Parts: sequence; C-alpha cells; structure tokens
Amino acid sequence: MTNQTSGQNVGIVIVSHSPLIAQGTADMVRHMVGNQIPLAWCGGNLDNGLGTSVQAITDAIELAWSDAGVAILVDLGGAETNSEMAVEMMPPSRQRKIVICNAPIVEGAVMAATEASGGASLSIVKAAAEELLSR
Amino acid sequence: MERQQLHDLISSVCHAIIAHTDELTTLDQAIGDGDHGLNMKRGCEAIQAEIETISDKPLPDALQAIGTKLVMTIGGASGPLYGTLFLSLAKSCPQVPDRANLVAAFKSAIDAVAARGKSQTGQKTMLDVLYPAFEAFLAGKSLKEVAIQCNSAANATAPMLAIRGRASFLGERSIGHIDPGARSSALLISTITHVLGAAN
Repeated sequence: MTNQTSGQNVGIVIVSHSPLIAQGTADMVRHMVGNQIPLAWCGGNLDNGLGTSVQAITDAIELAWSDAGVAILVDLGGAETNSEMAVEMMPPSRQRKIVICNAPIVEGAVMAATEASGGASLSIVKAAAEELLSR
Repeated sequence: MERQQLHDLISSVCHAIIAHTDELTTLDQAIGDGDHGLNMKRGCEAIQAEIETISDKPLPDALQAIGTKLVMTIGGASGPLYGTLFLSLAKSCPQVPDRANLVAAFKSAIDAVAARGKSQTGQKTMLDVLYPAFEAFLAGKSLKEVAIQCNSAANATAPMLAIRGRASFLGERSIGHIDPGARSSALLISTITHVLGAAN
C-alpha cells in the first residue's frame, strides 16, 4: 500500500503477482509523476508467495478511491481475473467508476498517472495507458 | 437440502481436493506455475474451518458463502473461476431444487465460468470437464456415469493444445499433460456424485 492524496484526480491501482514489482512500479509513478494522484498497489498471495488476492485488490481500490474513478494496471492473467472479480464484488455505483487497463504494467501506470495528475477523465486515463490517445 | 447432506458434500469435496494436493501440483508444474494444488488446498481448508456455520445456512446462502470464501482464499486464476461457479449457483439455485432447477443452475454457472475466463470448450481448461459433466447430467445419465464422464473428460484434456491461461504460454509444449483445472473439476464433480449416489 502507499500514501493517499485527496482530490478529484483519477486514482491508480497497481496489481502484480509480485509485491516487489507492484511497489517498484508505484515508486516509479511517484517519482516521475508526483503526489497529485491517489495511488495504491498490491502483490502476492495470502501465503506471501507470488500471486494476487481479491481482498488485497479490494483494499487497494479502497485506498486509491477517487470520485473521478480508479484505473487498475495488472501484470499477468490471474491479476486481471482477480481484479475483475474484485470490481464485481463492489457496489454497482462504484463498479461504473473502475476500469482495468489493457496495458503493460509499468509503462501503463506511468502513462495513466501522468494523464490522471492533469485532471483527465477516467476514459482518457485508460486510453493513455493503452496508448490509444493521438498525440 | 438436509443439513447433514450439505455437511457431507462440503466435507467430502474438501477432503478429496486436499488429498490430491500433490497430484494437482505436479500437473500444474508441468504446464502452469505449480501452485494449483496448494491454492485449492488453501481454499478447501478455509471452507473446512467454517463448515459448521456454512452447513447451517439455506442452500443458496451456503453456496454464496462458499463462493465468496473461495474467491478470497484460493488466489491465482482459480479463485475467481471456482468462486464464480459457486456464486452463480447461489444466484440461480432455489432453496429446495428439483432436477430441472439443478440442470438450469449448473448450466448458467458453467457459462459464468466461461465468461470469467473468456474461454470455451476445447481450450484445455476446467470447462472441458464441466460442460461434458453437464451434458451427461442433462442426458439423464446416472450419477455414476456422470462421474465416469468427468474423469475421462479430464484425461481427454491431455492431447489438447492450451489456448487460455498460463499453459497457453507453452504452446505446443502444453500437449501431453492433463490440465490441472480439469482434474480438480473432475474431483469436485465426481466427489459430489459419489456422495449423492451413496445417499440414494
């Protein structure tokens, strides 16, 4: 987990099988983008091995929550499936404000956070992570 | 469903999966990341720890509790998949289901798993056991025949090429190994049929 910044910027959640990768990615985001966005990360399973946990993802979404929405960046298969599950277990009013980005975790997180820090909407943040924005 | 029968079902399935932890791990080491046995064991142990409370509940609530617990404890990709199976059953299964209710609930639960995994039959997954089990059930086969169908369907995943999940990274090298999720699904269904068969 990491510190939270209040405000209306889109929040970013980083979900990796490895806590080291998740934390390292979050460190890079903080370093390159700054503190203008709510940011949280999680990684590892319940036995402290490599994997992902729906509970940990739910907690991370909670921590990075913003009324502008939350964009999730994932690494491999199970991280995506578990993130989808975590989103579906949220109240419907929140589900509509959460997206899972189809993007490489490190590059996607930095791109998404960059847009988010400028106050971009959730759909723009997602498009930025997925490199769909025309520049 | 009687409390005792529900208790027997939950207890037997958990024991069967836990007893096959090493086999599931070995299968997963061949084509996955080797954690399927331990992940399933962790989920089953979490259910066992709450078996008395769960068995007290009406069937849909018990299924809901099992699904939620599995989602939260199995981890990996199997947590959401098995969790979805039970959470979907919880939604569509009445308190006292007849055979038609069960057929319909089972079908929508398997479809929900397919949607969750963005997969379909023939891709070397648990669906390659769940759908044949459903077909056998739908065709009015006996419980024993359903169990046999499950086990042969699990074995039939060996020559398949994995298209979804971690095993798909191996491409052609996934051929020749039984899919661990197919095997755990066969254990789940065949144990249920065994318990229900013994009761009848």
